[in-house]
Amino acid sequence: MRVDGEELVTEAGRTVAGLLLALGRVSWRTTRGGGRPRGVFCGIGVCHDCLVVVNGAADVRACQRLVRDGDDIRSQDGAELPA
Amino acid sequence: MSGPRVEGPVVVIGGGPAGMAAARAAARHGVRVLLVDSGAALGGQYHRQNSLAGRDRFALPPGVGHLPHTVVWALEPVPEGGHRVHLHTGPADGPGRTARSVATRALVLATGAYDRALPFPGWDLPGVYTAGAAQALAKGQGVRVGERVLVAGTGPFLLPVAASLTAAGAGVAGVLEAAEPVTAWLRRPADAVAGWRKSGELAGYGALLARHRIPYRRRTAVVAAHGTDRVEAVTTARLTSGWEIVPGSERRVEADAVCVGFGFVPQVETALAAGCALDGGFVAVDAAQATSVPGVFAAGELTGVGGAGPAAAEGEVAGVAAAKLLGARPAPPAAALRRVRAGRGFAAALARAYPVPDGWRTWLADDTLVCRCEEVPYGELRRAVREREALGVRAVKLVSRAGLGQCQGRVCGPNVACLTGLADAAAFARRPIASPVRLGELAEPPADPEPGT
Repeated sequence: MRVDGEELVTEAGRTVAGLLLALGRVSWRTTRGGGRPRGVFCGIGVCHDCLVVVNGAADVRACQRLVRDGDDIRSQDGAELPA
Repeated sequence: MSGPRVEGPVVVIGGGPAGMAAARAAARHGVRVLLVDSGAALGGQYHRQNSLAGRDRFALPPGVGHLPHTVVWALEPVPEGGHRVHLHTGPADGPGRTARSVATRALVLATGAYDRALPFPGWDLPGVYTAGAAQALAKGQGVRVGERVLVAGTGPFLLPVAASLTAAGAGVAGVLEAAEPVTAWLRRPADAVAGWRKSGELAGYGALLARHRIPYRRRTAVVAAHGTDRVEAVTTARLTSGWEIVPGSERRVEADAVCVGFGFVPQVETALAAGCALDGGFVAVDAAQATSVPGVFAAGELTGVGGAGPAAAEGEVAGVAAAKLLGARPAPPAAALRRVRAGRGFAAALARAYPVPDGWRTWLADDTLVCRCEEVPYGELRRAVREREALGVRAVKLVSRAGLGQCQGRVCGPNVACLTGLADAAAFARRPIASPVRLGELAEPPADPEPGT
């Protein structure tokens, strides 16, 4: 899969959040209002802080989404609208 | 399987200890069961399986259909009785998931609970996690959230979190318990005895803390996190019994992560969608785990927080009751009923031993975010409520925007209710759409109305 354009290989069963944290990243989204960095907070799908863009679809909870072959994952900048 | 022919299926929402026990118990009495769970694997949060391991520790008996990666996004009463459960199956928050709906006359809700997080200056910095997040990442993904981590909050759950962090290779710089649990337990010796098995578990964690030289401090909390783009340090402080900061007790501690948990919030949206009555924020149930709505049962942390053992006992009772409703003739599950009663006592004792007094309000500054999603600071929340005289949950949401963001008040609801004096905190969980749905998905007709038929 790709993370912000960089090609990577990871094991099956990784969540997007698990992958990004294992890569040493703690944030991958900015807030809509203040443009502040956010990453995982609740880790179980409740808080929606860890939103990320997967295959062009914004607002995907990184802690809930399992990585699949060929996924294109990228950081989310504020409130992104569907292209 | 002998006995009368029964209709079905029982639909169980949630695959944790309570949901699995409910599914097994109903299936044992010859009823078809459909168990719906948002996770990839069974077990829920308590038995969280490592999804990298590729093995499944749990098996369900024949007669139970398991739909993983499936969320309930709406619940509709059916005029002839029962409910229609609307489901989406597929990659989380992805477009093009499979839409289904299934009708049932016996619905078991076992949706569990999540960490309560209290706001404090800097809690929105990356590197601040809930205790549950640290646990989920360590157990489910083998990832540690930091190299030097503080665990803070209240309740016995902080201890297994410290253990999981240690097992994942993180350095735990301390466990800070805001309450004074020893005296709280001693005030109620009978309930402490009821929880003696739990105490045995606690002794094990005590040994672990000692072995790793992890300090455990009572009446202490993390009251601020510092950093620009991530946590670099925190401020800890001693607390009064009402959780106000003891002046002069503040200490700055270097840390790259902090995990906080202040008890649990039951996940009640499907219960509220079904119209179930609550009691003290939890779903009210009778001895058969029946809610106030005919045909709807609730089990586990939804009805009170007592841990996995009592949750499984409640699930078993609910599963038997659901099977009976559909025509089976089960004997009363006497042992499970006894365990439920003991569990209720333990849950009540836990709630008394680890209360969340209002003094945490004094940790907040005017610019501390209260609602993380809509970025509403405390000062603005107070001003909005004061100037516009917002009296109910809906009014508070509209004048302040707290609770109107992506998480729909799941995180800030109980805190906003406390800060603004609202009595009905659970009203934040009243939402017609129970989990996120893409507009494109709403526009599509259901593909397969009845799975498995």
